[in-house]
Amino acid sequence: MTLLRVEGLTKHFPVRGRGLVRAVDGIDFAVAAGETLGLVGESGCGKTTTGRMLVRLLEPTGGRIVFEGRDISHLGRRDLRLLRQDLQIIFQDPYASLNPRHTVGRIVAMPLEVNGIRPPGGVKQRVRELLELVGLNPEHYNRYPHEFSGGQRQRIGIARALALRPKLIVADEPVSALDVSIQAQVVNLLRGLQRDLGLAFVFIAHDLAVVRHFCQRVAVMYLGRIVEIGDREQIYERPRHPYTRALLSAVPEVTAPARANGRIRLAGDVPTPLDPPSGCRFRTRCWKARDVCATTEPALTNGVACHFPEGDDG
Amino acid sequence: MSLSTEIPTVAPPPPTEVDVAGRSPGQLAWARLRRDRVAVISGGLLVFFLILAVAAPLVELLYGIGPYDQFQEKLRRSDGLPLGYAGGISREHWFGLEPGSGRDIFIRLVYGIRTSLFIAVMAALLTSLIGITLGILAGYLGGWVDSVISWLTDFALALPFLIFALAVMPTVELRFYGPRDEVPTWFRVAVLIAIFAAFGWTGMARLVRGQVISLREREFVEAARASGAGLGHMLFRQLLPNLWAPILVSFSLAVPAYVTGEAALSFLNIGIRDPTPDFGVMIFRSIDWLQGDPAYVFFPGVTIFALVLAFNLFGDALRDALDPKSSR
Amino acid sequence: MGRFLVKRLLSATLTLFAVSVLAFLMFFALPRDPVTGMCPKNCNPERLERVREELGLRDPKIEQYAAYMKGIFVGRDLGSAQGGRCDAPCLGYSYVNSEAVTDTLARVLPVTLSIVIPAAILWLALGVGLGMVSALKRGTWVDRLAIGFSLTGASLQLYFTGAVLLIVFVYQLKILPNPHYTSIFDDPVDWAKGLVLAWVALAFLFSAIYARLARAQMVETLSEDFVRTARAKGLARKAVYGRHALRAAITPLVTIAGLDVGAALGGTVITETTFGIQGLGRTAVYAVRGGDLPMIMATVLIAAVFVVLANVVVDLLYAAIDPRVRLR
Repeated sequence: MTLLRVEGLTKHFPVRGRGLVRAVDGIDFAVAAGETLGLVGESGCGKTTTGRMLVRLLEPTGGRIVFEGRDISHLGRRDLRLLRQDLQIIFQDPYASLNPRHTVGRIVAMPLEVNGIRPPGGVKQRVRELLELVGLNPEHYNRYPHEFSGGQRQRIGIARALALRPKLIVADEPVSALDVSIQAQVVNLLRGLQRDLGLAFVFIAHDLAVVRHFCQRVAVMYLGRIVEIGDREQIYERPRHPYTRALLSAVPEVTAPARANGRIRLAGDVPTPLDPPSGCRFRTRCWKARDVCATTEPALTNGVACHFPEGDDG
Repeated sequence: MSLSTEIPTVAPPPPTEVDVAGRSPGQLAWARLRRDRVAVISGGLLVFFLILAVAAPLVELLYGIGPYDQFQEKLRRSDGLPLGYAGGISREHWFGLEPGSGRDIFIRLVYGIRTSLFIAVMAALLTSLIGITLGILAGYLGGWVDSVISWLTDFALALPFLIFALAVMPTVELRFYGPRDEVPTWFRVAVLIAIFAAFGWTGMARLVRGQVISLREREFVEAARASGAGLGHMLFRQLLPNLWAPILVSFSLAVPAYVTGEAALSFLNIGIRDPTPDFGVMIFRSIDWLQGDPAYVFFPGVTIFALVLAFNLFGDALRDALDPKSSR
Repeated sequence: MGRFLVKRLLSATLTLFAVSVLAFLMFFALPRDPVTGMCPKNCNPERLERVREELGLRDPKIEQYAAYMKGIFVGRDLGSAQGGRCDAPCLGYSYVNSEAVTDTLARVLPVTLSIVIPAAILWLALGVGLGMVSALKRGTWVDRLAIGFSLTGASLQLYFTGAVLLIVFVYQLKILPNPHYTSIFDDPVDWAKGLVLAWVALAFLFSAIYARLARAQMVETLSEDFVRTARAKGLARKAVYGRHALRAAITPLVTIAGLDVGAALGGTVITETTFGIQGLGRTAVYAVRGGDLPMIMATVLIAAVFVVLANVVVDLLYAAIDPRVRLR
């Protein structure tokens, strides 16, 4: 069953005197109930903007966001409030995402307080359960964020996101600010929660390694567009878009033997979203680019948006 | 005898769950402040001044002399200078007498602190209230609200304060009282406070606006928004608790600024007028007596210096305690 | 840059316009009868009536304002009692001084300039120098001494330091004459002798504030990466501190200095009153005490022009140094 469907979603930011930043420029994807979708791309590709639009922290410029069959892309304030109980977000920076002047208890209880929800057994009891659920000591209810480590803080942020029992959580690079050793613990926690609570996730990350063991499906973004989307096996074993291959080759493989074609180094920088290249946006850094790439923008067909996808040319 | 009797000596104490309350950032700052010698001393001095101001009538009772009592018999007939050394310092008159009027300087200073602190604290409270409100509105709402408030701030800063205040005081008095009427002191005090508020809110508004703009983009504010928080929750629950530190520092530095400002206006004979006891008035009067009685300017000058210095030192210490990173 | 300049000048003009409207409303429209303030006691009713007529106080407020503004830009005809034709920067006629306001201003402006400009040079040199030394010798007794000096200076009141200076140098040691103004073109030595106490008093207060700012700025700059990089590259201490750090640290100080000079030009009220020198500030005080409306209005406007102009100059300087400013 489709929980969330995104059609032609667009977000343009006007920059005074210099036109539009096309942060997200017409993307489509869907997430089924209980499913995890990875949204991967370099910084500036629009993945964070997409996440913010899904939970309606940003208003889309165009396109539709359909949640449980209802178009939520331009909901008014009151309807939005109800929606927010089903859709929550986990932030990237565990140091900025917790109010330094509030106790852990208040932080986790905030969504309940804001929505006027009184759970059976009381708010305090519910917060204790939530803290326990994310692997924190429930007795730390009265402590302040500055007394916790980055990983623990991120767990607090997760507990807060769970407080309203949402159906879908957007996780915006939830582990990229953490030490590598802590990253695995937090990802495992999210996996456990996903399994036990049947949550759906949109997991945003900037490299493919982090989402590999967590996401059933993966979408790769480049300059505001989805260039490839597919099942985990497909993306990791048979990547078809040159950009996906480049990203994959950048993932250090400790166990697997070195790939035959070695590491792909992309030339140049990501072009500015103020003035994206004509035709295929990746062509300026693509080693397969030909004339057609500059004139015609490839459509996303069979999960890949490329004129010359891998596998087609043998 | 079992092994267990020996083990406890090396085993770590069992994990206790006593310290679960945690210490809030405010409590930590308080602890830092109490460890700071300068803060304790200047804070003590401030408390002393405050008590003196509040208990001025009690001091008068113990001292036995009121601020309006005149001792003309202790002045020299010819030029009105106090008899005796250093402006007439004696057992009865600790800081001597005012030349000309023959009033006791000590008790007038005690009441002067009262006048000065009352005006300064009220003005600081009022400016903070206005500044915080407008600053939060400008910073959080942005858009045209921000534009209007920012322009107002720039405008108020462009007004030459002293000259404007100077010119406004008599105009306002004239509006409510005839040119021949006696203007009551409470009215002058109220106008002074109002003038300070009208000019002074800009600093606080700028500070708060900047803070709010930087907080607004923080993820914990977005988290509240993503949970459906309304404007009230946003402003009072999420933002305000994070603004207290800079507001407190700014407030503690605003009070001495108003003490100075009030004294300056009264020194120009525009604010408080003789015979109401006030630093500015005393120094204004003393300028005419500099040659004959240099001691007259000394006591009010030093008292206001001590008061302002104590406030400045305490404000600095408070800033360091609330934001440890700012200290060198 | 050109666009920025135009924008900045436009907003400055708007601010000045708003100041003029506000001042006009305050002084001409707010009082019950502006003229009664001009002679509080026993004024001849017929004379009052004539003054009212001549000032055009019977006309609608907007017409009065328009006439006033017209006088500033193209000049206007005043009644014969006010000296008849009043040329372009016409600010009206002062009954109290019995002369055109512009004539008075032309006499007192050089006085204020003579006080503020040398004082500003003194306080900048002293303040920045002291701040730098104390930042470079952080933690030593030199630093502590400088901090002590700046805290003391910033908490002292101008009229108190002024009074002490007067007592010591004029009344006791008698090495300086009573403060007064002589044109620098007539007698430069007497010019300096007459004003030096005012410079010292102003410089003492402001250099204390600047030393504090300069020290904080310098300490921050010294800990920044580019300075450490320059040191690590092997550049000599002198070169790093002199070339890199000093420039970065001094830029914000220039801003504040510009604004302070503007504000000081607009109102050395306290200095002039303390030392009894007849500059713009004291003229304003007298105008206020005498209820001299055209004079009050003119001093407020002139002071505002100084403040706003200083703002513009500082902004332009800043934009020239730091191109990012222009985008705002």
